[in-house]
Amino acid sequence: MSAYPTPKPPSRIADMFQSRNAMGLMFMLPAAVFLICFLTYPLGLGVWLGFTDAKIGRDGVFIGLENYRYLWDDPVFWTSVFNTVVYTFVASVLKFALGLWLAMILNEQLPFKSFFRAIVLLPWVVPTVLSALAFWWIFDAQFSIISWSLMQIGWIDGPINFLGDPTNARISVIAANVWRGIPFVAISLLAGLQTISPSLQEAASLDGATSWQRFRLVTLPMLSPIIAVVMTFSVLFTFTDFQLIYVLTKGGPVNATHLMATLSFQRGIPGGQLGEGAAIAVAMIPFLLAAILFSFFGLQRRKWQQGGQD
Amino acid sequence: MASVEFVNVKKSFGAQPIIRGVDVQIDDGEFVILVGPSGCGKSTLLRMLAGLENITAGEIRIGDKVVNRVPPKERDIAMVFQNYALYPHMTVAANMAFSLTLKGASKATIDERVRPAAEILGLTHLLERYPRQLSGGQRQRVAMGRAIVRDPQVFLFDEPLSNLDAKLRVAMRAEIKELHQRLKTTTVYVTHDQIEAMTMADKIVVMQDGRVEQIGAPLDLYDRPVNLFVAGFIGSPSMNMIKGRLDPNDAGRFLATDGTVLPVHREIEAAKGQDLVYGLRPEAMRLDPAGIPATVLVTEPTGSETQIIARLAGTEVTCVFRERVAAKPGETLNIGIDTTSTHIFNAATGLRL
Repeated sequence: MSAYPTPKPPSRIADMFQSRNAMGLMFMLPAAVFLICFLTYPLGLGVWLGFTDAKIGRDGVFIGLENYRYLWDDPVFWTSVFNTVVYTFVASVLKFALGLWLAMILNEQLPFKSFFRAIVLLPWVVPTVLSALAFWWIFDAQFSIISWSLMQIGWIDGPINFLGDPTNARISVIAANVWRGIPFVAISLLAGLQTISPSLQEAASLDGATSWQRFRLVTLPMLSPIIAVVMTFSVLFTFTDFQLIYVLTKGGPVNATHLMATLSFQRGIPGGQLGEGAAIAVAMIPFLLAAILFSFFGLQRRKWQQGGQD
Repeated sequence: MASVEFVNVKKSFGAQPIIRGVDVQIDDGEFVILVGPSGCGKSTLLRMLAGLENITAGEIRIGDKVVNRVPPKERDIAMVFQNYALYPHMTVAANMAFSLTLKGASKATIDERVRPAAEILGLTHLLERYPRQLSGGQRQRVAMGRAIVRDPQVFLFDEPLSNLDAKLRVAMRAEIKELHQRLKTTTVYVTHDQIEAMTMADKIVVMQDGRVEQIGAPLDLYDRPVNLFVAGFIGSPSMNMIKGRLDPNDAGRFLATDGTVLPVHREIEAAKGQDLVYGLRPEAMRLDPAGIPATVLVTEPTGSETQIIARLAGTEVTCVFRERVAAKPGETLNIGIDTTSTHIFNAATGLRL
């Protein structure tokens, strides 16, 4: 007879705790529930609403592509698409150029370096609505500090109509967006710049490179992976911008600053046409997908980053 | 190729002096090694020569030209960095050709210069690889290749071997020396490893605390160190130091503090009555039945020789014996001293007498 008692067959629960897969699923469950409730469901609902004629307070019925057909012939919708593309493109280019410039300056040995780095983050830290309200005053038709200053200097006779004129309004909201978006770009690129060993710059200068050549041939290529990430995020944020526009212009004047996000909200909530608003929101998806695909290919590790360790 | 001269060169960061007046003359084609403990200013001196650091006072000359205000790219020098500083986004070939590409050299010229350099260093089959795909030793070679392609007036090396493992370091040491013998380019090399300095240099500059302690050929420094610092720094295992005085009645005898009598190879009447340090190279000792008794503390057989740490004249000393000695801890050995390898230093000034 054996001296040891026969082990009890392990219970189901104990078995589950032994299995790596079961444990893995259990750990993923909270995140999965969270994502399904707050991401997948609203997204699915939005897409569904786009195919219905739902209004506030009334469930819609499925009407197929009717909403999209209507939008196709709607010049206001096309204006908003045009605005969004221009807004995103101009703002992103400016944010990249100014952000990179700022990051290069902050990467130098400056007095009070950490103080300046903290200051640069400010526009990013302030809630969008607050900074938008501040810009609302800056761009005010009568009390604008810019108009006032220029009038004091004597460059202009009357206040500038910042938000009342279509071109001025577009420039103004882009300026506000750039101001808000620069810190993200600058600080991320600064982090990237700091991973570049100073001895590479020194080696390049000994090899005879001018400072422009050092920037173009050493700094920029080494920074390119992080530029791809940062600019993808920046484009996504800018494309879906809502708060700034809604506080500053509400899409006016004459829809000159209506973006797809603001138009979608205006048609859907104050306008009550939930289905149509949802369709506009869904129409943003192809653009966003394109940006993500760009990042997917842009983010692929370059050949020189592969293999071996440092 | 060119000579290099430092004339009373000084550097300070704010009020903190880093280099306190350095004079070094480096001849055309010479291999000079700056050696010293970390923080002695040797790397700073090299970077000043490269133009990567400003000079606070004094003059640096390359050839006949004072280069104090000449930017790095116009000094015509090539430098190998401790971390190699290879451009990670360029292939080995592009790394080596970078300086030529900047000058706008033609593809044929580049090829003409890169090929032979790659061949010298055995890099030909790696030319299309990226730095990440190379081993430490290969990267080291690429860094040297980049310098060779430049065909500069002066080569600078900043602790190039310290990131390599011990075995590779020994191999690269020989390779760099061979390279220098072949190219005969003036070379300034910084290291904290005195073995590297001893084995590779035509001339060693020993530095400490921003000052030059001694300049000389490797064996000169070994045989005639000017002071206690150089004596302790050059040679491995390092020189044993025993405190004491000369016998007041006989200047040919050194009395250690515990009263042990040690032989001196020449009489130094003037040093009588002063506190002195008796410097004894580990290799200057042999087993001798008539010698001084020493108590064995540790025996370290290395195969080719035996190192014994023992208590002699009240001081822990390291002895190196060519033969195999199977001494056990606590045993007493009688040790004879070869007086030609002993040195007497003034304990207060540290200077050799």
